Amino acid sequence: MQLIKSDINIDFIGKQKIGFILSVLFILLSIGSLIVHKGPNYGIDFVGGTIIQIKFSEQVPVGKIRSGLSDIGFNNASVQNFGADHDNEFLIRTSNLAMTDKGLSQSIKDAVMASTGIAPEIRRVEMVGPQVGKDLREKALLAIFYSLLFITIYISGRFELKWILSGVTAGSLMTAVYFLSIFNVSMAVLITAALAVTLALFWTLRLKYAMGAIVALLHDVLITIGIFSILDLDFSLPIIAALLTIIGYSLNDTIIVFDRLRENIKGSEKTDSLPLLFNKSINGTLSRTILTSLTTLIVLFALYFLGGEIIHNFAFAMIIGVIIGTYSSIFVASPIVLLAHKR
Amino acid sequence: MKPFTFKSVSIIGVILAAVVFLLPTFFNCWPHKKINLGLDLRGGMHLVLEVQNIKAVEAEMERTIQEIKKQLRKEGVKHLGISRLNDNSILAKFSDGDDKSGFETVLSKNFEHLVTQKPHMDNNIVSYKLTLPEEEMENLKKMATEQALETIRNRIDEFGVSEPDIRIQGGNRILLQLPGIKDPERAKDLIGKTAQLTFQIVDEDADVNSAINGTPPVGDEILYQTKYNAGSSVPIKTPFLIKKRILLDGSLLTDARVEFDQFQQPQIGIEFNRKGARIFDRITGENIQKRLAIVLDKTVYSAPVIQDRIAGGKARITGNFTLDEAKDLAIALRAGSLPAPVRIIEERTVGPTLGADSIRTGLMSMIVGGFLVILFMVIYYKNAGLIADLALVINIILIGGGLAAFQANLTLPGIAGIILTIGMAVDANVIIYERIREELRSGKTALASVNAGFERAALTILDANVTTLIAALVLYQFGTGAIRGFAVTLCLGIMASLFTSLIVSRGIFNFVLKNKPSRKLSI
Repeated sequence: MQLIKSDINIDFIGKQKIGFILSVLFILLSIGSLIVHKGPNYGIDFVGGTIIQIKFSEQVPVGKIRSGLSDIGFNNASVQNFGADHDNEFLIRTSNLAMTDKGLSQSIKDAVMASTGIAPEIRRVEMVGPQVGKDLREKALLAIFYSLLFITIYISGRFELKWILSGVTAGSLMTAVYFLSIFNVSMAVLITAALAVTLALFWTLRLKYAMGAIVALLHDVLITIGIFSILDLDFSLPIIAALLTIIGYSLNDTIIVFDRLRENIKGSEKTDSLPLLFNKSINGTLSRTILTSLTTLIVLFALYFLGGEIIHNFAFAMIIGVIIGTYSSIFVASPIVLLAHKR
Repeated sequence: MKPFTFKSVSIIGVILAAVVFLLPTFFNCWPHKKINLGLDLRGGMHLVLEVQNIKAVEAEMERTIQEIKKQLRKEGVKHLGISRLNDNSILAKFSDGDDKSGFETVLSKNFEHLVTQKPHMDNNIVSYKLTLPEEEMENLKKMATEQALETIRNRIDEFGVSEPDIRIQGGNRILLQLPGIKDPERAKDLIGKTAQLTFQIVDEDADVNSAINGTPPVGDEILYQTKYNAGSSVPIKTPFLIKKRILLDGSLLTDARVEFDQFQQPQIGIEFNRKGARIFDRITGENIQKRLAIVLDKTVYSAPVIQDRIAGGKARITGNFTLDEAKDLAIALRAGSLPAPVRIIEERTVGPTLGADSIRTGLMSMIVGGFLVILFMVIYYKNAGLIADLALVINIILIGGGLAAFQANLTLPGIAGIILTIGMAVDANVIIYERIREELRSGKTALASVNAGFERAALTILDANVTTLIAALVLYQFGTGAIRGFAVTLCLGIMASLFTSLIVSRGIFNFVLKNKPSRKLSI
């Protein structure tokens, strides 16, 4: 069986303008949504707060839970249905951390029982203090930054044999970030600056492949975060795990294309035939690119629909990431390498 | 052809080893190491405590002040006030002359370790600022954290949690993993109790109420006793004016256990060691007809009037305890007090039913996802797809074996990692098969196409997997708890899939083709 015919020849490079417009549009939408929503919709992992998941043995109106909570002064608590309706499961989110004499979850249990008349089962409690939340936020940013950096070192080392050059560049960037982070500079600002510097350096040092890879990765991460922001979904620790996996995985496709590109470019250094070679490489690997994304998406959809509510957002982030990653390896990474080649 | 090449034997060896490690998870057999389930799957509590170890420094400075005052009394030196400042230094004031030189003698004789700044002279009053050396201060803080860890470990052991994991997590934080805990609120209470037991005299010369409105007399503090009337949940707080000087504390306890009074009300009987008993004997003898307050964590539990000297070193703590409260308090007292208060800064508790649900849904999506991928591969690549499927099954066995062998925790995100690996592992086979198809189209024989396909794809596969491995390793470094479980299965999955696609699948192909070299490939 064959999904993609072996003699397929789509003019991807010719269509790069459409891809470019689409990508810019998505990025602008993402940034716009992030600005409007004042950053991602951070879950308690990153801003602190408490989540309590409760389950009732029978149907209970949300309003009664809310009134029970406001009776004990939790007016700011949000109550959401969690999972399917017939599960009678709810997620209570509050910024309160303070422990009353009885402890937070016990007080909530008592209050909800008083207002609904049914004792809920407390299935999960997550409490994160503000300091821990701040630490996790910084660590998450650093983790994204480091994985991007390490991967680009690997790419420029493997594809351009510039291990030392890219290693030194990345090393000095890491040192700079480390020292600046001691001086209480906002981590978000720092990482953004570091990434901008990285891009500029790769451009001037002519690390074409690393450049293409990092732009594609930033593109994927930014749009995934953007879609989460547009849909107002919780941005929590598992999402960071998903983003890092996307960074690693979306590059698979890019590398396969790059690999073929290098193989094809060898011998012909004339710039005129470059777009042709790029097209040939992308088309040659297209079947594989589509197939693996397909098998990965199959399992991710299984996880999304069957994996339960807790893993839901993680699976969703991965699905978006895999789709965008596949797209970006064709329409973002390769055109950028071509652009750098022409320079 | 040789049936047992070195390669085939080692492939089978690796797979067998994984199976052996995996078996104890399902059957009770050697090597008895099951796959560990993380807290989110088996239920339990994850806590991060912050030890407020600056309080330990404060306490040490207060002790030093008492010690200095004692020495000065002994030497007959008068002081004009010795107090602790907010930055944990000591300010000591003396009038110029004999007292000044007397203090300096005491200082150089008994308190060499303190750093003294140049004294400040004002109106014949000399003020000294004494501080602990930075190193010693850090040491005190570190010791406080370590001691808190030990104390909490003792309490948890007595409370009865199987396989607790308690460790220091950088600086002043303590990480606790308590699997299968039944009453999380009670455990949190017990862990968080400072359990600082002190015996102090009630100051009955001054009036409590005027002290509340104004300032308490020098050397006194206001502490409260909390009581509940029967059937009411509104606490009644009674203030006491207590002398700050601590006559005896809980560090000299040898035992604390729950007893019952004549009304079957639980109380806690405590017993001091010989030194403690001697001190108790002395202070009760010296303070007859005065009230001795038994203070626990800055709360007065009782303040009986001392009727007579008490020898033997036994005392009772009464209060309106429930049986559980009394039991936990006894545990806390036996395990010792925390050197500084602790605060819970992160908590993640999962109930056992949710854990069971997560296991069920996780396995369900794994089975469905895996089945769909296996089906897809067979339809798309026919017999070659079967080889890829076999490699996939071996891959999952290897991940399971790896989890058991390294005793890593399997968490819900970890299951997601395995599911993801199922989707990604066939990637390597797809790359190889697409190559083989290309080679076949260029007119090569089956065997040559397979060899060329594997060889040309190997480097690509390695590259593609290294990047995911890098991301997974960074994630491992960054993540805690459940997220780390994801990084672990992802890493294991990547390595297993490299092994199965590059070595196992190739071995199977070669085996098939060597037996029938002319055979056409079904791919």
